[in-house]
Amino acid sequence: MSETVTRLVAYWESIASYMPGFLDASWLAFEITLLVIAVSWGCGLLAALGKLSRLRVLRWPATFYVWFIRGTPTLVQVFLFYFGLPQTGLRLSPFVAGVLALGINSGAYVAEIVRGGLAAMPRGQMESALALGMSPALAMRRIILPQVVRMIIPPITNEAASALKNTSLLSTITLVELTLHSQLVIAATYRPFDFYLIAAVLYLLMTTVLTQLAAWFERRFRLDH
Amino acid sequence: MSAPVLRLVDIHKRFGDNEVLRGVSLDVHDGEVIAIIGASGSGKSTLLRCVNLLERPSAGSIVFQGEAVDYRARPGLLGGDRALSALRTRIGMVFQSYNLWPHKTVLENVVEAPIHVRGEARAVAVERAEALLARIGLAEKRHDHPSRLSGGQQQRVAIVRALAMEPKVMLFDEVTSALDPELVGEVLALMASLAAEGMTMLVVTHEMDFAREVSHRAVFIDEGRVVEDGDSDTVIGAPTHPRTRQFLDRVLRRHHAVGASPGILDVAHRARARPDE
Repeated sequence: MSETVTRLVAYWESIASYMPGFLDASWLAFEITLLVIAVSWGCGLLAALGKLSRLRVLRWPATFYVWFIRGTPTLVQVFLFYFGLPQTGLRLSPFVAGVLALGINSGAYVAEIVRGGLAAMPRGQMESALALGMSPALAMRRIILPQVVRMIIPPITNEAASALKNTSLLSTITLVELTLHSQLVIAATYRPFDFYLIAAVLYLLMTTVLTQLAAWFERRFRLDH
Repeated sequence: MSAPVLRLVDIHKRFGDNEVLRGVSLDVHDGEVIAIIGASGSGKSTLLRCVNLLERPSAGSIVFQGEAVDYRARPGLLGGDRALSALRTRIGMVFQSYNLWPHKTVLENVVEAPIHVRGEARAVAVERAEALLARIGLAEKRHDHPSRLSGGQQQRVAIVRALAMEPKVMLFDEVTSALDPELVGEVLALMASLAAEGMTMLVVTHEMDFAREVSHRAVFIDEGRVVEDGDSDTVIGAPTHPRTRQFLDRVLRRHHAVGASPGILDVAHRARARPDE
C-alpha cells in the first residue's frame, strides 16, 4: 500500500518538475498568437476593404490574396516563409517567419469575416451617414465599422482560437513552442501520453481564455444596453 | 415670387435599361411644403434621392440656392468630396426605415454629424441636440439606445438628427410607411409643426390626408414623369388628369376601408400655415 503511494507521489513530482518548461512554452505560444491576431486583423481589414473597393488595383490583389491563402495548406505557407524565403535572400528567424506566415494566413479568413459583416450591414446605415454630409471614409470609420466589429466578435474569436492552435505548426520550423517542447520532453522521457495530454490541457486553457475574453467584449459592447 | 431655393430641371435617371425618371422638373420655393405622390415604382423616391445625390441623375440639372450642383464629379480615392458634403449638410433627409445608428445613444446620433461634419464644439452640439429632443418630448431618452424606442420615437429622433444640421430643405421619403398605424400620428404631427415654422419640405408620402392638409402643393408622378402639379387641394381633391384620379381612387378607397389614423387631421389643421403668398 505505502509502496503505491510512494510511486504515485514520485510520479506527480516528476511531472511537476516539467511544468515550468511547459508553462514557458505555453506563454511563447500565447505571445505568438497575440502577434498573429494583430497581423491578421490588419491584413484582414485591408483585404476586406480592398475586395469591396471600386478600384481594380485594390480589388484584384485583395481577391488574389484571399484566394491563394484559403486554397493552400497552412503548413505549406509556413514552409514558404521559413524555408522558401531564404532562397530569395530574405532570412527570417523562426519567430518572425512564424508570426508572419500565420498572421497573413489568418488575415485571409478575417477578411472574409469582415466582408460578411460589411455585407450584412443594412444599406440605410451608410446612406443616413452620407445624407448628413459624411464622407464615405468617415461614415465607414464612425458608423459602419464600429457596428461590424460588434457583429463579428463570435466568428473572429473562432478565428483567434484557430490561430492559437495553428501555432503548433511552428514546431516544424524549429520554434520551441508548446508542441515542440512536448516532443522534446517525450523524446527524453518516453511518456507521450502524459505529456501530450498536458500539452492538450494547456492549449485548452489558452483557447478558453480567448473565448472568455471575447464573451466579455461581446457583453461589454452590446449594441443596446 | 423669389427665386426657387431648389430647381430640378429635366431630371432623368436610368438603372440599366430601366428609365425610372423621364425628365422631371420641379421648382421648390422657400418655405414650400410639397407632397410627392404616386404609385410605388413611379420614381418618386428616386427623385427625392437625386436631390441630395444619393442617386446620381443620368441627365438634367439641379440648382440649389442659385448654384448648379455638379453631380458628375467623381469623388477621390477616399471619397472626400467637399462640395457634395456641403450640399448634403444643407439638405436633410429622413428615411422610411429611420436608419438611426444602433451603436450610439439617441443623443450621440443627433450630435454625430454636427461635431464630425460641421466641426462644432461638443458643448454647442449637445445643447442644440438637447433642445431639439426636449421639443419632441424625448429629452429623458437621450442616453438610451435607439432599440429602446418605439418606431414613432425612432423616426422623430431621425427627423431631429437631420434638423440638428440646420438644413435649408428637408426630404422625407415615406417616413411613416414602416410605422404601426397608431404611431403614424406623432410623426406627422412633428412634420406638420415643422411645416408651420416655414421649413421647406419635399415629402414623398402615401398619407393623402397629410398631403392635402399640410402641404401647399402636391405633385403626382407616374412612370417617371410629373403628371399633375398644383395646389394640394386641387390635385388631391379635384384632380384633372385621369391617371391621378385613378391613383387617388385606389388609394383613398383602401384608406377608407382601413380607417384614417385619428388625431392627424386635428394637428394638421392647427399647423396649417402658408408662407407669404
